[in-house]
This record gives sequence, C-alpha cells and structure tokens, in this order.
Amino acid sequence: MKTITTAHTPQTVLDLDLMPPSRSPWSETWRLLRKNRMAFSGLVIFAIFFIIAVAGMLLTSGRKPVLDPAQVRLQEKLRPPMSVPIPETVVSGTAPILGRYLLGTDDLGRDVFARMLQGAWVSLTVGFVAVGISVLIGIVLGGLAGYFGQRAIRVGHILSWSLVVAAPILALAAKPLAALLAAAGALAGWAFYAWRRRRRGEPTPVLLRWLSWTAIGVDDLVMRAVDIMLCFPSFFLILTVVALLPPSLYTIMIVIGLTSWMGTTRLVRAEFLSLREQDFVAAARALGLSDLHIIFRHIMPNALAPVLVSATLGIASAMLTEAGLSFLGFGVPPPHATWGNILSDGKDFIFDAPWLTFAPGIVILIVLLAFNLFGEGLRDILNPKLRERN
Amino acid sequence: MASSTDIVLKVEDLRVQFHGDGPVSRAVDGVDFEIRNGETVCIVGESGCGKTVTALAVMGLLPQPPARIAGGRILFGGESLLEMPSSGLRALRGKRMAMVFQEPMTSLNPVFTIGDQISEAILVHEAVTTADARRRTIQLLEDVGITDPGKRIDDYPHQLSGGQRQRAMIAMALACGPELMIADEPTTALDVTVQAQILQLLKRLQQHSRMAIQYITHDLGVVATIADRVYVMYAGMIFEQGTTGHIFNNPRHPYTMALLDSLPTREKRGQRLYSIPGSVPHPAYKPSGCPFHPRCPHRRPSCVDAFPEMCDYGEGHLARCPILYGMERDSA
Repeated sequence: MKTITTAHTPQTVLDLDLMPPSRSPWSETWRLLRKNRMAFSGLVIFAIFFIIAVAGMLLTSGRKPVLDPAQVRLQEKLRPPMSVPIPETVVSGTAPILGRYLLGTDDLGRDVFARMLQGAWVSLTVGFVAVGISVLIGIVLGGLAGYFGQRAIRVGHILSWSLVVAAPILALAAKPLAALLAAAGALAGWAFYAWRRRRRGEPTPVLLRWLSWTAIGVDDLVMRAVDIMLCFPSFFLILTVVALLPPSLYTIMIVIGLTSWMGTTRLVRAEFLSLREQDFVAAARALGLSDLHIIFRHIMPNALAPVLVSATLGIASAMLTEAGLSFLGFGVPPPHATWGNILSDGKDFIFDAPWLTFAPGIVILIVLLAFNLFGEGLRDILNPKLRERN
Repeated sequence: MASSTDIVLKVEDLRVQFHGDGPVSRAVDGVDFEIRNGETVCIVGESGCGKTVTALAVMGLLPQPPARIAGGRILFGGESLLEMPSSGLRALRGKRMAMVFQEPMTSLNPVFTIGDQISEAILVHEAVTTADARRRTIQLLEDVGITDPGKRIDDYPHQLSGGQRQRAMIAMALACGPELMIADEPTTALDVTVQAQILQLLKRLQQHSRMAIQYITHDLGVVATIADRVYVMYAGMIFEQGTTGHIFNNPRHPYTMALLDSLPTREKRGQRLYSIPGSVPHPAYKPSGCPFHPRCPHRRPSCVDAFPEMCDYGEGHLARCPILYGMERDSA
C-alpha cells in the first residue's frame, strides 16, 4: 500500500529524435504495397488504364473529337494494325490523327484504337459507378444489420412507417382524402410514441399491446433480403432487367450495382458483429455520440479493409459483366463503342481481321488481371495474418 | 455533513437484471450510494459483484436487452436519468459525466489519432471551431502529463504506451469539464509504477476542478491511496460504507474484514496468506438470507433465512451485518 503513495516521480526526458518515425495506417499500407510486386504492378497497370480512360474520354468526345470513333471510312475497312491510310481513298479530313491505324479498322472502316479508347472510359465508369452503388448499399445495410442486429422491428414501426411512406405516394396519385388519412395515422403513431416515451416503465394498455409485438429483427430482415437476392442467378436477372428497361449506359451501371451489393453487406455485417463489442465503441458511447455517428464514423473505418478488397475485385467483375452484356447485345447501345461490343462485332471477322477480337480481348484480360492482382495483394496487406513474414 | 445540493449522483435502490435463457440474473440487487462534489468514492468488491454493471447503468450504457433496469432511481444533479429520453442522456454523457474504461489498449479507436478522438469529444458537445478544439486538446494532453503534446496529438493509439493511452483516455473524459468521472478499474491493466502516476494524476486533476470521481476497483491498495469514502459491494449489494478510515481501521462487516485480511502486510511476512473460502455467488443463484453466509466465519443459523439490514454505526459508517452489530451493542 505504501509503495503506491510515493511522491512525484521525476519526468523522464525523452529524446524524440530517437523515436521511430510516426506512420499513419495509410503510409504503412503504401509501404507494404510497394514491397508486394504483383499487387504493385496491378496498381501501376490500373493507374495507366485510368489515365488512358480519362484521356480517351477527352479525345473521343465533343463535336469534333481528335480521335473520332464513329468516323466511317468504307474504303478503308478491315485494315490491319499499324497500317497507313491510302491517301487516294480517304476522304480529306477523316484520316486518323496519328497518320496510322494503330489497332487497324473494323468492317465499317472505323478506327479500332479510337473505339477502344471510348470503350475504356465506359468500362471505367461502369466499374466504378456500379461498385460505388453496391458498396454504398452494402455499407449502409451491413452496418445497420450488424450494429442494430438485436433490435426488433415491431408491428407499430411497420405500421407507422408504411403510413409515412403511403401519405406522399397517395398525394402524388391525386387521392387527397386517402393521403390525409394516412398522414393523420402517421401523426397519431408519432404522438403515441412520444406519449410512451414520456411514460417509460409504465405498462402499455392491453388494447395497444399488439403494436409492440416483434415483427422481425433488423438483422433478420437485412440478411434474409441478402439471401433472397443471392438466389437469383444475377447475370440472368440483369439480362431480364436490361431487356425491360430502355438501353443506356446508366441503366447498365445501376442494374449491375443493384444486383451485386450482397457480398459487401455480409462482409460489413460480419465486421460490425465483432467491432461493436469493442471497448472503443463503448467509449464512444460514453462520450455521448449518436448511434449513426458511431456506426459511420467510428466503426466503419475499421470495417473498410475487407470492403476495399471486395470492391477492387468487384470493379473487375462489373467490367466483365458489362462486356458480357454488350457482347450479347444487351449492353450500351451502338454506335457507342464498348469493349464488349467491339468484341461482338469483331467475332464475325475473326479469321479475316483477328485484331478486332484480340484487341478488346487482350485489354480486358490485362485490366481484369491487374485489378484481381491488386485486390488480392491488398487483401494480404490489410490482413496482418496473411502478411508474409520476412 | 454536506448539504443535499452538493450531491452530484444519488443512486437509490438500483436493481439491474439480465434476462437470458434460464433464471434471471440479479446482477445489481438494490444498491444505494451517493457522490458529492469534489469527492472520490471507491466502489470495491470482488470480480462479478456488480461494480461495473452499476457504473454502466449510471452512464446509461447497459445493453437493453439483455439487461433490464428492474427498479430504483438514478439522480444526477437532481435529474432522474432513468426517465430521461435517450437524446437527453446523450447530451449529458461526455459533457457532464464521463467514463474511463479498464483497458486503455482497446478503448481508443485504432484508426484515428488521439487528437482526433479527444477533440471530437469537445466538438460533439460544444460549438467551437476545429482549431479551438485542437488547441484545447493540446492543453488537455499537457494537463494529463503527456510530454510534447504538440507532437503526440497526431499519434495513433498504437504508437503510445499503455500509460500514455490511459492518460489520453483521461484527457478525453476531461474534455468538457465533467462534474462526475466514473473510472472503471483504470489502472488494472497498467504496471505498478504507471498505476501510481495515474492515481497521482487523478488526485491532482481533482484539486483543480470540483470534479467528483467514482472509482471502481478491486485493489484495496488503490482505495487507500485515493478514496475519500468507500462502498464495499458484494453480490450486487452494498455491504459496508464509510470513510476510508472507517473501512480500513474499523471494518464492521465480516466481508470487509476478510478482504483486509487477504492483503499482504509486513507483519504477515512468511505466513500463508489468508483467502476467503468459496467464490462470489452466481447472480442467478444467490444464497437465501445473507448472500455472504456460506463464506462467513461469523455465520449464525439465522443468517440462512434473515435478510440482513444496514446497521448504522454513526458518522456515515454503515454495515450490513446485524450479528456483529448486536455483539458490538451488547459489549458496549
């Protein structure tokens, strides 16, 4: 007992120059990424692809693009790569800007290089927007399911929320009386909750007890929705949806995003289940932070590592899905070029003009390989247990 | 005796139950205590006797379900916390009452710098600019004795030692100048020299403000160092309460006596150390009558049936053992 009542202990003088350099988690990740050769080359290829795609978008769009992917030169059709246009046959002003067809021309005499550039931007945006949508849905649903898992959704909740949703819908459908009734019902529900909140601990009147029956748990609701979505063969679901909706680049992105959020949701939920029991969550609650603040600002950054990995791999698979859809003719409508429809157009001439299939095929292969290598490397780096010891 | 306006926290007959499969666990079973301004109150007891659950109930941090507050009142500055809506409770937490946890290793979020986490505590509760919050954070880090706070503020938790992390946690708790700080075994995970520094720090901080500290521990050495008053808890109840002097020099309950006997002292050098036979009862299977009777050396047949009431020894010294109280009165 006496030992801990000692007088003031003198402060040790710390020589801060002798401390190891301060490293943030990001700089540590970067350092490990540099050491992992495969992942780093994946990242480099991705960076090059990104620059090319952005440049391609700039060069092939506008009223008078530098490289016109839609310029038809019927006399110059099916020219092999690196061939020089024949001056006599080319209409003035339509010759390729580089003086050569770098990747040849297709059956309509369009410059394949220009079309590939345009397709790169499509692939990039489809990949990122689709994965962005799916990650956003996955993070929100997974976070809510993981954090609020044990909370129950009660009959009263469902009733009042459906009234809240129904009121504006009925109002839009020009049914003022029904809308007014729904709004009044929602207001009554709110008043009931406020009244119950003020009288916590008192028993609920018997007649209203059915309102607090448990309908379903938050976790159950979200995870069963995931199970149901996973039951659909997603490519065919996408085919069906795309066939019904007007074909456009945005439809493709949104549909791919809306059919691929289940994996992320499961990952985020699993992370949350272990993270929400951590002391720092209790400490954050002791600081008086709100639930949403804790979910999205405190727990989420800790749960993002596996999401980042699956998003990287997801970009590759979204690009592949888009290429597949375009190949089948359900994707981005012509004349807009994507890697999938260049491949699809080229397959008829595979023996006469193999570059029409090989150019998009090889590029898809390289880019997807780069993404997968980067994703796998990132997984090894972000998970200390998978890190190589050396 | 201090006037009632001095009382920061008053807990009356608090009962917390855990509902799961099988019988209900009565983790806290009728606890009364009060903490006044500027006072350090220690809650002592073995593991599993309800100390932490009591603290979490006060903070409103018990997960409900499985926990359920089955009765009692918690008055903080005169306001009843159990009847307060969750938004009001949230505004109180971190601003007027704060908590320091046992494990400094896991209580800080690993992906943010300590500066971010401490200034967040300020930014959530007060309308100040980020720059002001940062300035105050540096001051707080200096107050809790972290050297070179200007540099340390941008450190991640993994770059700090255990003692430094606990200092950072204390800085976070102090961020808004709370009236009450609940410290749940803040030094258990630290080694003895660091423990002494942290206790000193808490004492020094308390001298500057009128902050009350509710200190939860099972370490009687710590109690002797910092407590003004002590509550001894057993099986979810207060068994003895009094000033530190009362408890250490004049224990009136067999459990307190047994706890003190279990301490190593210079006189007992070379002898076998005493330990209380048996273990703390499971909160769902408590013995009838006095919960301590199976382990008590002064056990009487009546202890098996009769629930012991608090017996007043005067000067705020109370103990829950009518047997010893009767013996004391007879001999007097």
